[in-house]
Amino acid sequence: MTGVPESIGPDAPGILLSARGLSKSFAGHRVLDDVDLELRSGQVHGLVGENGAGKSTLMKLLAGVYTPDEGRIEVAGEPVSFSHPLQAQHAGVSTVFQEFNLLPERSVAENVWLGREPRRAGLVDTARMQRDTAELLRDLGVSHIRPGQRVRSLSVAEQQIVEIAKAVSFDARVIQMDEPTAALADREVELLYGIIAGLSERGIGIVYVSHRLKEVFDLCDTITVLKDGQQVTTRPADELDDAGLVRLMVGRSISSFFPDPVPGTEPGEPMLELRGAGNGYVDGVDLTLRAGEIVGISGLQGSGRTELLEAVFGVRPFTRGQMLLDGKPLRPRSPRHAIRSGLAMITEDRKATGLALNQTILDNALGVVRAVFPGRTPAARRDVPGILSSLDVSARSMDQEAQFLSGGNQQKVVLARWLATHPRVVLMDEPTRGIDVGAKHAIYELMRAMTAEGVSILMVSSELPEVIGMSDRILVMRDGRLAGELPAGSDEEAVIQVATGVTTPKKEPAR
Amino acid sequence: MSTLTALRNRSTTLTSTGIVYAVLVLAIVLGAILTATAGRNFFSQGNVSSILTGTSILGFIAIGQTLVILVGSLDLSVPFVASLVSVLAAERMAGEPGNVPSAILVALLVAAVIGLANGLIVSVLGVHGFIATLGTGLVISGYLATNYQGNTGSAPRSFRLVGATQIGPVPLSTVIMLGCAVLAIVMLRRTRLGHHLYAVGGNREVARMSGIRTQVPVIAAHTLCSLLAALAGLLLLARLSVGSPTIGSQGGYDLMSIAAVVLGGTLLAGGKGNVLGTLAGVAIFAVMDNVMGAMEVNPFMKDVIRGVVIIAAVAVYARREIDRRPAPFEKPSTLDAALQEAR
Repeated sequence: MTGVPESIGPDAPGILLSARGLSKSFAGHRVLDDVDLELRSGQVHGLVGENGAGKSTLMKLLAGVYTPDEGRIEVAGEPVSFSHPLQAQHAGVSTVFQEFNLLPERSVAENVWLGREPRRAGLVDTARMQRDTAELLRDLGVSHIRPGQRVRSLSVAEQQIVEIAKAVSFDARVIQMDEPTAALADREVELLYGIIAGLSERGIGIVYVSHRLKEVFDLCDTITVLKDGQQVTTRPADELDDAGLVRLMVGRSISSFFPDPVPGTEPGEPMLELRGAGNGYVDGVDLTLRAGEIVGISGLQGSGRTELLEAVFGVRPFTRGQMLLDGKPLRPRSPRHAIRSGLAMITEDRKATGLALNQTILDNALGVVRAVFPGRTPAARRDVPGILSSLDVSARSMDQEAQFLSGGNQQKVVLARWLATHPRVVLMDEPTRGIDVGAKHAIYELMRAMTAEGVSILMVSSELPEVIGMSDRILVMRDGRLAGELPAGSDEEAVIQVATGVTTPKKEPAR
Repeated sequence: MSTLTALRNRSTTLTSTGIVYAVLVLAIVLGAILTATAGRNFFSQGNVSSILTGTSILGFIAIGQTLVILVGSLDLSVPFVASLVSVLAAERMAGEPGNVPSAILVALLVAAVIGLANGLIVSVLGVHGFIATLGTGLVISGYLATNYQGNTGSAPRSFRLVGATQIGPVPLSTVIMLGCAVLAIVMLRRTRLGHHLYAVGGNREVARMSGIRTQVPVIAAHTLCSLLAALAGLLLLARLSVGSPTIGSQGGYDLMSIAAVVLGGTLLAGGKGNVLGTLAGVAIFAVMDNVMGAMEVNPFMKDVIRGVVIIAAVAVYARREIDRRPAPFEKPSTLDAALQEAR
């Protein structure tokens, strides 16, 4: 509890919400340990920390999704105990979760008032519902969303605004937002900033969870840092800077985080070559991936990174240009064809396309071999336990269903699934997304070990430190084309400049 | 290319219900032409009233089925409920006009109990509607087969008039059916129950998080569905004048009603759709049947044509859903964050 600013006292005016000594354990694992939080009227309180630091848990305790094991929560000076999110909402604490609680087929107004539809003479007063919704939206400064519009037709940002309007409609004194900008484009973020400023002016207190430090500094006046479930500090934002905040969050310097290549790993012969390859999504791609090499692909969302991997893997095959695997022409028509040729692909969304969640770890790990190389199944069955244990998958047994594993362990099972096929080229799309630091490190170690054995890795990642820390070379994509190549160890600024087209080093592909 | 996208944009401004009605108009136009080639008048008063008569029984059942499907369930017990009701009411009436009110009451009560049971099995025991109502349907059909060897009871003339009366070309039964449709529409649009029915069918978890008791709409939908099936059973009794233990299953109303609902643009998974669409779906079937009757299409061929129409219609809806699917949800990225900082 170091660094908590001296409290003005629980009955000081303007305190909307105060939590003291909150703790929560799941299955004996303490995910939140003695955390305090105080929110005053109009305050925007940033909650930062790595994945698994306890931000979501803290939020869910305040939202009434979980009940704390220890500690107490007071809203406007009154002790409260929520057992359902609705109770929290009626007490004035609303939460906008990352997964929206909206019905896509229903209108904006119907969603906002769901479960509390205003009635007149026994019938739902649709006119009032529309009017009140329009007013809520107007108060938020939003003019382009119509109350009668179907939520399905709205962009993610607009849906978020609907969620915020819904939160406000409960006469919320406190609104929690979980990574509200996660899926927003720049100008949408601006809009959200405006809405938050407006809410804060109206005296609403905001708990703001975000990974984006810039936003936290832009918006928040107080910042609480969580690490491994503990409160590292709570300080006014102007006492902190970027570097200091990162240090507090990570508790270590970033450079030591990425393992060095295994000694003796040398890029060998070209393994995967693309010559002017293109399809409807990417175009004019020239690249060479050597044996034992990790090439990182960076670029903005929508720049064609995933599409490039999918083209190589035959999901959406190339229609132009040439592709060579180990010097021989190959144009995969389907993932099956690609796998038979020695390719593997770790997809972006492991829950949707990486794993069969309701199957066991063993079945998942054997999935691809069984489907594509049935003859090798007995051998793979012998290998898999070793692969899993070398990846340090923590599970009760190999018969446990994949859905009950943590994100990190699920990702390790995905890797095992592909390692069992003995691939020559592994395509990785966001290999460490949404997993804890320990598992990230294990995956980096594994990547190094694979390259030491001559496997080539083509990795797409949105995490710049990851691309820079792991890649032998960095390719930057822009608008479906390779916009440039940067050497290992380039700084983040250089990558961003190429990705946004501010500068274009070396080769600019012919238009 | 650009004309294609323009076309597509225009077509997406048309609502699903709009499309269903467009198909209905198309069916009527085609039907009129085909009927004319067979040397008959599609729009003659007799033919129109025959088409409308054809809509009423399936109409009752399909309105109920719409409610059940909207809430995310299914009801396969409807034909057996209709049969049971026709038998019970016929026995109770026994040709005496004085028994009609009590017979109707008993019929509706029995149906309500069955619907309540369906709803409870689905919502409390958590059995999927398909299996739950398959089960109750089997129970009823077993009861009927054990206790009734053939037609039984009889409806008095006054009750038979319900099936025979016409207002202009419109049969009274159709008017009652449309009245039920109006009530269902008002219920769906203007009552909390209706709103919650859509919510539970759309996403049970979202509904629950919004404080809705998710069992209530499920139970209500199943009960209303059984009641509407009972009305269909009573109408069948009025037309047939005797109670028949197999009349419901002969009509294949379980699957035909589901087909009509889906043809009407309601999502089989629930949460989206409306009764207006269902009415059009029922009407399309009635028009098709009428035209095929006029053309003397062989009965097996009729089923083939019905099947093709159902598949084609649903394939079109599915296509539209794919076209309108929003861009995949992209998760946060440090790079994008960094980019914002760079600007």
